[in-house]
Amino acid sequence: MSTTTSNGPALRLPEKHYLNATYGIRSWLLTTDHKRIALLYLASVTFFFFIGGFFAMMIRLHLLTPSGYLLSADAYNRMFTMHGVAMIFFFLIPSIPAVLGNFLIPLMIGAKDLAFPKINLLSWYIYIVGGAFTLYSMVTGGLDTGWTFYTPLSTVYSNSAVAPAVVGIFITGFSSILTGLNFLVTVHTMRAPGMTWFRLPLFVWAHYATSVVMILGTPVVAITLALAGMERLFGLGFFNPAMGGDPILFQHLFWFYSHPAVYIMILPAMGVISELIPTFARKKLFGYHFVAAASLAIAVIGFLVWTHHMFLTGQSTYAALAFSFLTFLVAIPSAVKTFNWTATLFGGSISFDTPMLYAFGFLGLFLIGGLTGLFLGCLGIDMHVHDTYFVVAHFHYIMVGGAVMGYLGGLHFWWPKITGRMYPEWLARIAALILFVGFNLTFFPQFVLGYLGMPRRYHVYPPEFQVYNVMSTAGASILAVGYLLPMIYLTWAAFYGKVAGENPWPATGLEWKTPSPPPTENFEETPVVTWDAYDFHNRPDLGLDVPGHPAAVPTHGDD
Amino acid sequence: MHRTGELYGQFKTLEQQKETATLGMWIFLVTEVLFFGGMFLTYTVNRHMYFTAFGVGGNMLDLRLGATNTVVLIASSFTMAMSVWSAQTNRKKLLPLCLILTLVLGCAFLGIKYVEYKQKFDHHLVPGHSFDLTYRINHPAPGDDPSELENERKEIEDALRTEAPGNPQQALTALNAHAQLYFSLYFGNTGVHALHMVVGAGLLIWVIKESFKGRFSASYNTPIEIIGLYWHFVDIVWIYLFALLYLINRHPV
Repeated sequence: MSTTTSNGPALRLPEKHYLNATYGIRSWLLTTDHKRIALLYLASVTFFFFIGGFFAMMIRLHLLTPSGYLLSADAYNRMFTMHGVAMIFFFLIPSIPAVLGNFLIPLMIGAKDLAFPKINLLSWYIYIVGGAFTLYSMVTGGLDTGWTFYTPLSTVYSNSAVAPAVVGIFITGFSSILTGLNFLVTVHTMRAPGMTWFRLPLFVWAHYATSVVMILGTPVVAITLALAGMERLFGLGFFNPAMGGDPILFQHLFWFYSHPAVYIMILPAMGVISELIPTFARKKLFGYHFVAAASLAIAVIGFLVWTHHMFLTGQSTYAALAFSFLTFLVAIPSAVKTFNWTATLFGGSISFDTPMLYAFGFLGLFLIGGLTGLFLGCLGIDMHVHDTYFVVAHFHYIMVGGAVMGYLGGLHFWWPKITGRMYPEWLARIAALILFVGFNLTFFPQFVLGYLGMPRRYHVYPPEFQVYNVMSTAGASILAVGYLLPMIYLTWAAFYGKVAGENPWPATGLEWKTPSPPPTENFEETPVVTWDAYDFHNRPDLGLDVPGHPAAVPTHGDD
Repeated sequence: MHRTGELYGQFKTLEQQKETATLGMWIFLVTEVLFFGGMFLTYTVNRHMYFTAFGVGGNMLDLRLGATNTVVLIASSFTMAMSVWSAQTNRKKLLPLCLILTLVLGCAFLGIKYVEYKQKFDHHLVPGHSFDLTYRINHPAPGDDPSELENERKEIEDALRTEAPGNPQQALTALNAHAQLYFSLYFGNTGVHALHMVVGAGLLIWVIKESFKGRFSASYNTPIEIIGLYWHFVDIVWIYLFALLYLINRHPV
């Protein structure tokens, strides 16, 4: 249970912590401890990640050859639909907020728990029930409508198991709403003494903005899917043109949520990056207030851009122009963040631990994903690349290159806090590298494919596109290895890793001022905050050698 | 988190707990606004596209029952407000009485809604294969008021003239389809609203039980307050529904 580092005293796990406070399956399934609920979420989103990943592999294997011999056209439609449904609704949206956010927000603000612990547990059960419905749809034939459920295909013509999937996603939406509600209230009313709004870590600000999107967007998609579900089950005509309904209205309502949903995925990842960069550059984050405000700006502007998914539906040119302009506006706060992260690196004392590798990966991939988003927001280019692999590549750079890199970076960074033990550093660095290479090999060729005109969602393609598809499939195989590795060694490290101690990096957040793993009530006594976020200079307790600061006492030899 | 008295472990003071619960309820109501908002938008778009057919649909609703229900619900809001006031001012006998009155009025609303729904079933105004706007005027029931039927006939004939002039059969098909959209939205909106009423009734039953035990007082009345917020919100939704579904383009009966 104990181990020694080369230059410090023996580190021990605390005797009593949230993991060994109580035992038994009931103590987990009925827990109201936000840290345990985060682990429940971790297990369930990982499950869905590998289900979605399986479908992705089927897609890529099928596309290895131009005529596609692996799947029938119909089965192919089902594969990409279920890949999207599993990944978006059951992995990406809950991943960082429900796992890392759940675990960390109370710790970061110095609270004993979220404002509504029982509602937190309820939201996990809602997620599980919704997931069960969707799994039922997947095993009883799957669905083939695309994750967007466009009507009247989804409500009238599709012969697949649409109804249980729609019910499942409808239900899961409430899990997201309750998580967002819980976070918002917690940040407002549960902060420790001295933890003012502008001392909050940017991870918390990012989750605040995410929660705003969750509570304002999710109810709209819930009612939209409810109407579509009623249409399918009872033959009503809200979105069915044959009965006087309006299918474009469905698209408006759907994207009113589903575009902001992209920000539900990327904002928390940005929050993670805002923690990683100052920690591993040993420097206060540049322009704290601007990064915090940029999160809110992205959340707000994100609600005003949804019809850029519908430029080709015949909407008014003037509306398209306005939405194109608003789409460009989102780039401003995103760029503010990117520039501020980069500026933080300037003159910093940078160390290349695994979380930082993910942060660097995020910066590069998000940059490409974000800039190609501008191409797509531009009306003329969108006409050309609409519904091609260019779009697929763009959103995978944001969602996988951005959100998943952020998620993995965060998991590595806080794994010592979650489990009390370190992951194997070198293996982790290699895995991060494999992921980066595999990711780019998978998705960069898809930009080319899309630019050359290969449409998305087709199960066959002209032979001249094969070389790019082979590259993409090869990359996907590397990517699969890259994802399996962390799952294996992080699980191993949770039991057998080196004991981490309270603050192994060291980092400045409140979550690092309590034992790892933390006790059930998070802090032995309520902390009082007297410092700003990421302020390495006024934190002699971190034991860093900060030049020019006499109070700092160097004890670590590694930097 | 364990509880000491009324204070849950994650909070330091009862004030903090109350502030948190109240903010939580307000945010929940915001999500509800967006939830109903999606349906209101669908309604608005369709009302704009099929103004005539929606007018016919609206005129087929029973204004007397709708208006009665509005009064019943506003009265229940009053008794709910009285409940909050009695809790805040420590009137421990008055509190359960007001809560029970609120519950009774809420159930009365649902009862009247049932009568209305039944009427629509009888008149073949439920969306589906047997939907027929003209069913009632062609199959009058013994107790029907002849002048009301005459009004309905005129209403439909006027609408047919605007839907597809010169082709009565096509006009009737179109009118039926569009009126069906109206009734889909009518049942969708009022159905979801009624579901909220049922949830509210369940919450009321719980606080009535607790109030008999004397749990609520001037120093602790958070559940009453936030259930009150919820109840008033559901009332307000009805006020909008009543105006949108019953009153727009209403002709004098």
